[in-house]
Amino acid sequence: MKRQTQARIITLKIDGVDVAAREHETILELAQENNIFIPTLCHLDGLSEYGGCRICVVEVKGSNRLFPACMTPATEGMEVITNSERLRLYRFSILDMLFSERNHVCSVCVSNGHCDLQYLSAKLGMTRVEVPYLNPKVDVDASHEHFIMDHNRCILCQRCVRVCGEIEGAFTKGVMGRGVNTRIIHDLNGAWGDSDTCTSCGKCVNVCPTGALVEKGKSAGEMVKRRDWLPYLRLMQED
Amino acid sequence: MEATSTHAIDLTLLESVLVRYYGRSRSALLPLLHEAQAIYGWLPREVQEAVSRTLRVPLADVHGVVEFYAMFYNEPTARRVVRVCEDIACTLRGADAVAQAIEAELGLQPGETSADGRVTYERVPCLGMCEHAPNGLNGTRLAGDLTATAVPDFLAGVHPEPEPKIYGTPLLKLGRIGKMDPLSFKDYLAHDGYVGLRRVMQYTPEQIIQIMESSAILGRGGAMFPIGLKWKFTRGAPGTPAEKHIVANADESEPGTFKDRAILEGDPYSLIEAMSMAAYVVGAENGWIFVRGEYPRAYERLCHAVQRAQEEGYLGRNMLGRQGFHFNIEVRLGAGAYICGEETALFEAIEGKRGFPRIKPPFPTTNGLFQQPTAINNVETLVAALTVARIGVDEWLRFGTDESAGTKWFCLSGHIQRPGLYELPFGVSIRELIQMGGGVRPGKHIQAVLIGGAAGAFIGPEQLDAPLTYEGARQHGFPIGSGVVMVLDETADMRRILYKLSHFFAHESCGKCFPCQIGTQRQMEILQRISHDGGPRPGDRAALMDIGFTMTQTSLCGLGQTAASAIMSAIQLWPELVG
Ligand SMILES: Cc1cc2nc3c(=O)[nH]c(=O)nc-3n(C[C@H](O)[C@H](O)[C@H](O)COP(=O)(O)O)c2cc1C
Ligand code: SF4
Ligand code: SF4
Ligand code: SF4
Ligand code: FES
Ligand code: FES
Repeated sequence: MKRQTQARIITLKIDGVDVAAREHETILELAQENNIFIPTLCHLDGLSEYGGCRICVVEVKGSNRLFPACMTPATEGMEVITNSERLRLYRFSILDMLFSERNHVCSVCVSNGHCDLQYLSAKLGMTRVEVPYLNPKVDVDASHEHFIMDHNRCILCQRCVRVCGEIEGAFTKGVMGRGVNTRIIHDLNGAWGDSDTCTSCGKCVNVCPTGALVEKGKSAGEMVKRRDWLPYLRLMQED
Repeated sequence: MEATSTHAIDLTLLESVLVRYYGRSRSALLPLLHEAQAIYGWLPREVQEAVSRTLRVPLADVHGVVEFYAMFYNEPTARRVVRVCEDIACTLRGADAVAQAIEAELGLQPGETSADGRVTYERVPCLGMCEHAPNGLNGTRLAGDLTATAVPDFLAGVHPEPEPKIYGTPLLKLGRIGKMDPLSFKDYLAHDGYVGLRRVMQYTPEQIIQIMESSAILGRGGAMFPIGLKWKFTRGAPGTPAEKHIVANADESEPGTFKDRAILEGDPYSLIEAMSMAAYVVGAENGWIFVRGEYPRAYERLCHAVQRAQEEGYLGRNMLGRQGFHFNIEVRLGAGAYICGEETALFEAIEGKRGFPRIKPPFPTTNGLFQQPTAINNVETLVAALTVARIGVDEWLRFGTDESAGTKWFCLSGHIQRPGLYELPFGVSIRELIQMGGGVRPGKHIQAVLIGGAAGAFIGPEQLDAPLTYEGARQHGFPIGSGVVMVLDETADMRRILYKLSHFFAHESCGKCFPCQIGTQRQMEILQRISHDGGPRPGDRAALMDIGFTMTQTSLCGLGQTAASAIMSAIQLWPELVG
């Protein structure tokens, strides 16, 4: 959501606390300003919102539905609940499903200790997986000179696709298939290393929340991602 | 299989198509891919590159679109694809035997192409002709009421094409079908065509909105939004008529639904007239009909009808002799994706993207197609509005109940003697409808009825007296949805039916949001094992309910939110099915 400089000020409640917001601000932005934690996976400051992970869902008084905080504008008089037993259960259940699909054996992952998925699972107190594991075997693409794409660890948050198009302007990365057969691709689903459009900027690697995109030559636990430059770049673009 | 792939691709064949597309925007992507595929049978890499260059769409996006739609092929595929429906209504009426006969005759398994590259064979979801189950498509030729013995005729393209079966009274909205030549504009005029539009054009748009509000028409596409309100919001949204759109949702892919096809094939001008009325009311100059890829005959007739209406001055500038009334319609063909019936996914498809639903708000009435104000309606909703214009709101309100006014189309299929499309006043009970359909076969009894389609709910024999109204549905816990009433007698294997439902959703989940992308898959895996791969295990019921609630509560769009609805309703009624 775009911020507006001279927006109207509205008031609402988050978890019982009165807060003031600029109109058009999202619940997530507002929560962050007020130091209220709402878990997120597909959201990243500086990129367009995607709304796919559903981890950020919150309750709004007066409705039975759940709302994605990252894409729901705050409105006057709204009463938002960001952590209830119900929300905890559903967030758990979504993480559970994520672990049941693809392969997230953290101990052997280069992003061990620096992974948003791992961090969230720990933060939400997740210790076991309820949904039966399936972990279909998918590919690893190591054709790029500097980077590796391991589809087994990809959660399809599309941060990489967005940064590649919206910030780098390369449009190398895309997505194909549907349902669980959805895959991140490069150009016409060729090998990443063969791509003529990729500038090797590495932005996708830095925004990836898991160990699906990593630099070559890192061993387990070494891959730290840098993304402090993102909101800054976005601001530069908007000017 | 290799016949086509080893040939070098002759791109000169594509040149005459590409020249018509140079300089056009991304929204021309689906039409261009359709045209290119008509030449090659599939979309080879070189063709995708040429398309990318022509429309200036990134390679990854072209490929993502090709791979999203089931009817676009990224691998060598024959120009003629033989499709046989594997969905529930057809399964209940012998689709398996038909499929086996086709497989034997062609010597192919689903997904395979013959060695000479001339025919590809597929098993596909509901083809929207369930009143003729079991059904198939041979290239663009429709076939219904198939049997194993009819397979040679079907494959030779001489099996008779099915016509809609229409019953009920009063036929307020379906009355013309079968009684006029659907291609003839003159015939349409002779059958009260444009009486409705001319009548309401004596009124101001605001007055017509009031008429529509008092007609109490709710959206027939499933979401039950009042049409008067939708038109009012779109009319009131900022933007000039050139920036506003009327969209007819003719994607009709909900399993068990075959109602809109009757209008599209049998009375296409009435949809054009209805959309013109919407355009007059909303103040919109752009019209779009999005028709599913599996409706080739409907597509052809719609294109013809639009062209004829243009020639006669019933579309275009200063229509019907009224200064300043400009409206035109473009017919768009889908390519095999249930999700594109979801309104925002449909916009994305027209815009040349993968059919990923958007998050609402903002709503289509302000940010619809191309982010511009858009009134999108189901075909039946539009035709209902036109009917009110033609017969008057008082006559309309004589039918139905206070809350559910007028008539509704019900798609009666499955184990029923006389399956078909029934136009009836709201308020008829499910039992009465089944009786009108001749009941189940002699000596059989009803085991279950699926109401509202795959996204609907099962009811048991003890609930048959529930009235088919919005209020009755709410009270009895099923959705009217698109009007599906599918009857299952005791010979139906309920576990297999549940598996089929789950398979449909896993196949059609767009993959955008996590709970539906993964949940539909897990749900299917469990039901597959329960149905034919080892039977139920302890914990299955709990796992299905857990997955079901998570999808229902947290999914982004209606697909995931209803992907467990019919299955959970069955588990509640018959817990022994899953444990
Ligand atoms: C997964 C999904 C599929 C849908 N398919 C259709 C469809 O095929 N036809 C249709 O008219 N509406 C369909 N809808 C409903 C549309 O999103 C939308 O509500 C409807 O077109 C609005 O028109 P109405 O108000 O006239 O019903 C679908 C919704 C979902 C969530
Ligand atoms: S390295 Fe840069 S250009 Fe290449 S895929 Fe990643 S974001 Fe795109
Ligand atoms: S590769 Fe990483 S950033 Fe890209 S979709 Fe997968 S998890 Fe997200
Ligand atoms: S609910 Fe399913 S179909 Fe809808 S956006 Fe999510 S993945 Fe796509
Ligand atoms: S962070 Fe809101 S849906 Fe992913
Ligand atoms: S056409 Fe086969 S189930 Fe509808």
